[in-house]
Amino acid sequence: MPMIIGLDVGGTHTDVVLLGENGLEKQVKVPTDTAALFNTVLTGLEKITENVPADEITHAVLSTTLTTNAIVQGKLSPAGMIVTSGPGIHPEAFRTDENYFIVPGGIDHSGREIEKIDPDKVKAAADQLERSGIRHVGVVGKFSARNPVHERQIAEILGDRFDRVFLGHRISGNFGFPRRIDTTFLNASIYPVHRNFFEAVSHSLKQKGIQVPIHILKADGGTMGFESSIAFPGQSILSGPAASVMGSVAFAPDYTETLILDIGGTSTDMAVLIKGVPLLAPHGVDINQYKTLIRALKTQSIGIGGDSCVRVIDGELKIGPDRTGKAMGYGGSDPTPTDALFVLERSVGGDRGRAIQGIEPIAAQLGLSMEEAAFEIFDKTCREILAGARQMIADINSKPVYTVKEALQGYQVNPDHILVLGGPAAYFAEHFENISSYTVDTVPECQVANAIGTALSRTTCEITLFVDTQKGLATAPEESFSQTVDLHFSRVDAHRMAADLLKQKAVKLGAQTQDIETELLEDLEFNIVRGFRMMGKNLRVKQQIKPGLIHDFKTISKKIADSCVR
Amino acid sequence: MLKALNKTGLVFFPAFDWAISPTHPEREERLLYTQDQVMEEGLFDIDGIHEYKSEVVDIKDVQRVHFSYPDVWQVMTESHFISAGGAKTIARAVMEKSVNNGFALVRPPGHHAMRVVHGGRGFCNVNNEAIMLEYLRHAYGVDRVAVVDTDCHHGDGTQDIYWHDPDTLYISLHQDGRTMYPGSGFPQELGGPNAAGTTLNIPLPPYTGEEGFLYAINEVVLPVIDEFKPELIINSAGQDNHFTDPLTNMLFTAKGYADLTRLLKPDIVVLEGGYSIEGALPYVNIGIILALAGMDYSHVIEPGYDPDKLKQTDSITQTVKQTCDTVKANWAQREAIGRSMRGNQEYAERRRNIFYDTEGIHETQRETLRLCPECSGALKIDSTSDRGAHLLAIHIPRKACNNCWDLGRQWYESANPSDYDMICLQDRTEDSYQVKEK
Ligand SMILES: [Zn+2]
Ligand SMILES: [Zn+2]
Repeated sequence: MPMIIGLDVGGTHTDVVLLGENGLEKQVKVPTDTAALFNTVLTGLEKITENVPADEITHAVLSTTLTTNAIVQGKLSPAGMIVTSGPGIHPEAFRTDENYFIVPGGIDHSGREIEKIDPDKVKAAADQLERSGIRHVGVVGKFSARNPVHERQIAEILGDRFDRVFLGHRISGNFGFPRRIDTTFLNASIYPVHRNFFEAVSHSLKQKGIQVPIHILKADGGTMGFESSIAFPGQSILSGPAASVMGSVAFAPDYTETLILDIGGTSTDMAVLIKGVPLLAPHGVDINQYKTLIRALKTQSIGIGGDSCVRVIDGELKIGPDRTGKAMGYGGSDPTPTDALFVLERSVGGDRGRAIQGIEPIAAQLGLSMEEAAFEIFDKTCREILAGARQMIADINSKPVYTVKEALQGYQVNPDHILVLGGPAAYFAEHFENISSYTVDTVPECQVANAIGTALSRTTCEITLFVDTQKGLATAPEESFSQTVDLHFSRVDAHRMAADLLKQKAVKLGAQTQDIETELLEDLEFNIVRGFRMMGKNLRVKQQIKPGLIHDFKTISKKIADSCVR
Repeated sequence: MLKALNKTGLVFFPAFDWAISPTHPEREERLLYTQDQVMEEGLFDIDGIHEYKSEVVDIKDVQRVHFSYPDVWQVMTESHFISAGGAKTIARAVMEKSVNNGFALVRPPGHHAMRVVHGGRGFCNVNNEAIMLEYLRHAYGVDRVAVVDTDCHHGDGTQDIYWHDPDTLYISLHQDGRTMYPGSGFPQELGGPNAAGTTLNIPLPPYTGEEGFLYAINEVVLPVIDEFKPELIINSAGQDNHFTDPLTNMLFTAKGYADLTRLLKPDIVVLEGGYSIEGALPYVNIGIILALAGMDYSHVIEPGYDPDKLKQTDSITQTVKQTCDTVKANWAQREAIGRSMRGNQEYAERRRNIFYDTEGIHETQRETLRLCPECSGALKIDSTSDRGAHLLAIHIPRKACNNCWDLGRQWYESANPSDYDMICLQDRTEDSYQVKEK
């Protein structure tokens, strides 16, 4: 039985859990020091491993907010961008900052070169970047996911003049030139932070004699080896919402669709599981002004949570979306839904007297008794959260489809079950059930569910394979893979080739073979016709390791659920 | 972040699993490379560009326009229902003001589909624009509309459907019918006697370039639209005028299409033909979308673009100019032309032979129209196909006067079921469709 450490850095606390054959073996909470996140993580790891024999720990998974914070707070290291573009929107529109250079070169949608690289222009850009003291560079070409030759040529010209060069095609096999630029830029910009973090963690654990493989949680709810992540630091961003979703996956039924509601202080994060598998965002994650190709779970946030400000405007109750601090029962300055729960005596731990002081004026304005007003607040909060969830589901169901089959047999998401996690989850759960037709459960060990989810997530990745039998070539640029094929290369062959590549990639990223559950994301076959003659086939296959939990999770999560009931 | 000046709606329905045949120009991958380009450009991430999911039209939407033999299900596949549905989705978004304009990138196309449908013509089975437009008239009370058809082929189907409708201005720019399928679309085709002049055809000689197209737009299309004052402008945006199109001989470019869009300012654009699926469609479509959104398209320069090589000759310039003069003169004299067409008769008759090239069906039509001073006139079509089908199609127009309404009803009721395989009445005053069978 493995022993796994899961660590989730939250806004106020960092939770660390140790999971093993007895379920939740140990948990610690350390205050998050946003100014020194390194230390927070290291302290957490130290505390959880205290008195635990180092050799019993199988691996550790970290959900770190370090890179996310760097982006959100605009503390990015400068990075240079060198960009080539074929016809389309002018690449100037995607400028990252002053260190952005557009050089000649163009590849078309089929991967054909339509304009050559000009080495002199690349050198001139590199000179300029060097003069500006830039050490990290991103190189992105339009359609490089189809043919990366220009990005490679530029990298070759740059040689070893920079500390690290990030190539767009290595970062994602999906289309989206502007997103590829943003993603590559972010990778280059957060690289130093992530590398320092990696070095600090590895060094400090080594000193303590702990040498376990470390994984990081990604935005898609999967993990990747810490070492591999050095080449893809962008993968570490926005793992927070993913952690809470994965913390729920262990406790979600595998036969129906489940809505996850993580009720926080400021906001409620929502996600959907289909038979226990979380839905992915269609393109990639968005963070600040950056739209990326980083794979992410489809999560949505609404600005209503336990600490949202409650006020009366024109005789109407208004909840959120702002938050001024804690609930009044916890010493805050404005009444909140949490205060309503104190008044209703549904929640304890805060100062009910202070909560009453907050709710009283609201009750007076509404012409209700205090209990009635508190109930109104709580009820409205619950209803607005559910309305937000319904809106998200409607959005998911209105996503465009591209084939007759999809349009007519279009899969419609329709959850009938809710899993609630977060602070006062149990009270919300009960009321959600009263006011809707959903069945509602709470996630066990709510307080550390994120850390548990982090610990139990499996390694994920995806692969995109293009085959052009006319050219006689199968390529997966993201993997630097290319192989010749003959005219008879079939769709079945393509599936097999993609599956092999996917497995190799997953193992390289740290996956256990028993956790490799592959799934076809895209499977298209087209004729290549030139002059009314069939010249070959164009095959497009995308496969992924489904986000999910590691092989041993069931016994562990059952233990956790059982111990909670007890 | 990029922002669209005009809010623009897009529906993308490439129908990746539908084709006429594996090597047919209108096949699965026709919009594949466009989709690649749209995704790679990140168009759906632009602030102000909204992607909509295509809806499916229902049978009532189709029956508002077509008489289908033997029935709607036999002439339409699922793809046709979705393709027309894509146009309808965009049109609704425009009418609801969720967007300023929109583009339905859908296939299969529709502009060769006429009012009576026995099968497929020129890759078209039902008319997407007409189904969309008649839905708008029904649901939103839209009245006057201009349809500008910029496909390289004459939109004979759309022309047929609006031939007698004075409230629909149909203008088609296309490669001269003497050199191109379907062989129609000459300046003297001006619409029926109750609607003379609201059909205008601008045939362009082979190898017409940007200059000729934009001349026709500036000299004829825009002034005529100005005078007609439509509530909506619809563009049937066929993209087979591109210099790389395998089926045609024109020298139009992606930038030209974008310029045309910028000038025309259509409210709704619906994709028609275009078979240069690698060399033209991705670029032309991007150009049109950016132009609709009011964004810079100067960098949309397709491979092979060379303004010198693509320049039209002086003799073409002369021909285009002459044609435009003829069309303008016809437009100016449309009322007199209509009067002389009507004369003192009570009815007008028209006999036609229609060939369905996709299925090799020959149809013969005898059309009877009431020449009405008050409305666009009750219409009766007696249609026979060489497959042995014989149908009688009666159309009571949207704004029919009492006399035309009575006449249409009377035609329907007095028709003897034993004489026809099918007798249908399309009564647009009450949005109904009735069938009397043998
Ligand atoms: Zn055409
Ligand atoms: Zn009349």
